[in-house]
Amino acid sequence: MLANEQAVTVDTLIPECQTRFDAGLRLVGISAVEIKTDSTFDVLYHFDKDLQVSHLRLNVPKADAVPSISGVYFAALLAENEIKDQFGVNFQNIVIDFGCTLYLEPEVVKSPFCTFTFAKKDKVKEEA
Amino acid sequence: MFEMTRNVLKNLMGKYSTRLYPFDTREPFERFRGTLDINVEECIFCSTCAKKCPSQCITVDVKNRTWTCDSFACVYCAVCVESCPTQCMSMYPVTKPAAGEKSLIFYQGAAKIKKPKAEKPA
Amino acid sequence: MRTILPFGPQHPVLPEPIHLKLVVEEEKVVEALPNLGYVHRGLEKLTDIRDYNQMVNIVERVCGICSCIHALNFCEAVEEMMKIEVPQRAHFLRVMWSEIHRIHSHLLWLGLFADGFGFESLFMQLWRIRERSMDLMEATAGNRVVISTNIVGGVRKDITEEQKTWILAEIDKIEAEVRQVEKTLLSDYTVKSRCCGKGVLTKEQAHQLGAVGPCLRGSGWAQDARMTGYAAYGQLDFEPVVEHDGDSYARCVVRFREVYTSCDLVRQALAKLPGGELAAKFKAKPEGEVWRRVEQPRGELFYYIKGNGSKFLERVRIRTPTFANIPPLLAMLPGCDLADVPVIVLSIDPCISCTER
Repeated sequence: MLANEQAVTVDTLIPECQTRFDAGLRLVGISAVEIKTDSTFDVLYHFDKDLQVSHLRLNVPKADAVPSISGVYFAALLAENEIKDQFGVNFQNIVIDFGCTLYLEPEVVKSPFCTFTFAKKDKVKEEA
Repeated sequence: MFEMTRNVLKNLMGKYSTRLYPFDTREPFERFRGTLDINVEECIFCSTCAKKCPSQCITVDVKNRTWTCDSFACVYCAVCVESCPTQCMSMYPVTKPAAGEKSLIFYQGAAKIKKPKAEKPA
Repeated sequence: MRTILPFGPQHPVLPEPIHLKLVVEEEKVVEALPNLGYVHRGLEKLTDIRDYNQMVNIVERVCGICSCIHALNFCEAVEEMMKIEVPQRAHFLRVMWSEIHRIHSHLLWLGLFADGFGFESLFMQLWRIRERSMDLMEATAGNRVVISTNIVGGVRKDITEEQKTWILAEIDKIEAEVRQVEKTLLSDYTVKSRCCGKGVLTKEQAHQLGAVGPCLRGSGWAQDARMTGYAAYGQLDFEPVVEHDGDSYARCVVRFREVYTSCDLVRQALAKLPGGELAAKFKAKPEGEVWRRVEQPRGELFYYIKGNGSKFLERVRIRTPTFANIPPLLAMLPGCDLADVPVIVLSIDPCISCTER
């Protein structure tokens, strides 16, 4: 839990962003975290005004559609495309949708590419 | 418009600001991390360095008592030097020379003479 | 007639492989589309197999030019998560190295910018000055660019009294030499005609599109993450550099004047440098969520880190300044001449290896 955080749902995300946009908040960034325990994504939207940072947290099940906020904040398009590439969060209606080819070339589509995990050497003695 | 002229003239008249590199080298700074080396006699093959290394370029074979470093994967951060319990590793302020092919720094530790026999039965 | 021109990834003027698809009509750019992925390395994902101490060295390599500041931000975030009290001396040394880094990065960029509009001798001149700041880093920290001085808990290297005097002398020299080229760069007719009024980003646009760093300050916003007082910045006298025109020239002036601010901050940090420990000892594992931001030479750098109580962090999200500055770039480009594209692209100081990580 971050300070200054507010939870949103898929429905309230866009209106919430719009009020922030109108209030003159700057979009700092979007982060996505995979919650492995209940196979959902946390999508965090970070905003800034006068050096005060606030956050919105959206928790969605995997494969669920997430509305893109790039219609409100144009700057969100890169971050959303990137998250779509990396995690496969299903963003809908991004202003410029690269369709999972932001980082990859169109011919080698195999995304999202963060879904595999590194095979950790399960050596207990490695805990140092 | 002629602000740069003074500089240009100075550069034309003055000494060279570059060096004729391979023939004329500069004295390296004392703290410069250039090459990594190990005094293998003091090494106890604990493989702390291999675990701490961010680029995982060091391999320690505890059984065969060998220490190998891929000096081309090494990032010269000196984390291993600081974490070594016996202080047997060091960074020298000498630039690694350019090489035609990749090579490993390989050390074979002195064969298992160091048998702490007295401790084991106890 | 519309034509799509590929710009980059390899372009004589670009220091880094950004790829833009430019839709041009005659000689005018109508639209620009970014295409990333040329240098994507997946560094965020490496946190799965590297513990948080090793990650310090990895995040340093996100960006070659502002490496020290990446590590500073990461360390501060992890320290906040583990509630480590960092010694004061470490804070001041971190500021000193960050500011030397900023000097070197801005001089590098100013040189490349000069080269971008074809002023080769100015480029050489600026990089010659930059060499002094590289020497400072090499002598104090051991490497020229990726200096690896920050660790979780503090710093690894200390500076001696002789080094302190030497650093101050070198900083004076850097400032004097930069002042010598100030007139050439900032009031030359040809330079001005290449930059003034090119790539204008209005005040509203800059804020709405999420511009950061010199792009934001060049458009009239006095916003600098250093004002939040991270590390020892809270104890130093600091005033952000602001310009109001919002064009390439304004961004250039911001960076130029920031070199002076940085020189000043190094002096202040060294004057107030307290004695004491270099690094705090700790015995904790990172757990919880934390965000942290610092000011990089290119703008505000934002980290979001999630730990799960083991030595491997669950998620490290790095939002680099160039990533935030690309949408403003897409707004700047339409309407400009094709010949001005290199200068405008350079004016945001693109760092693509940062952007793609």
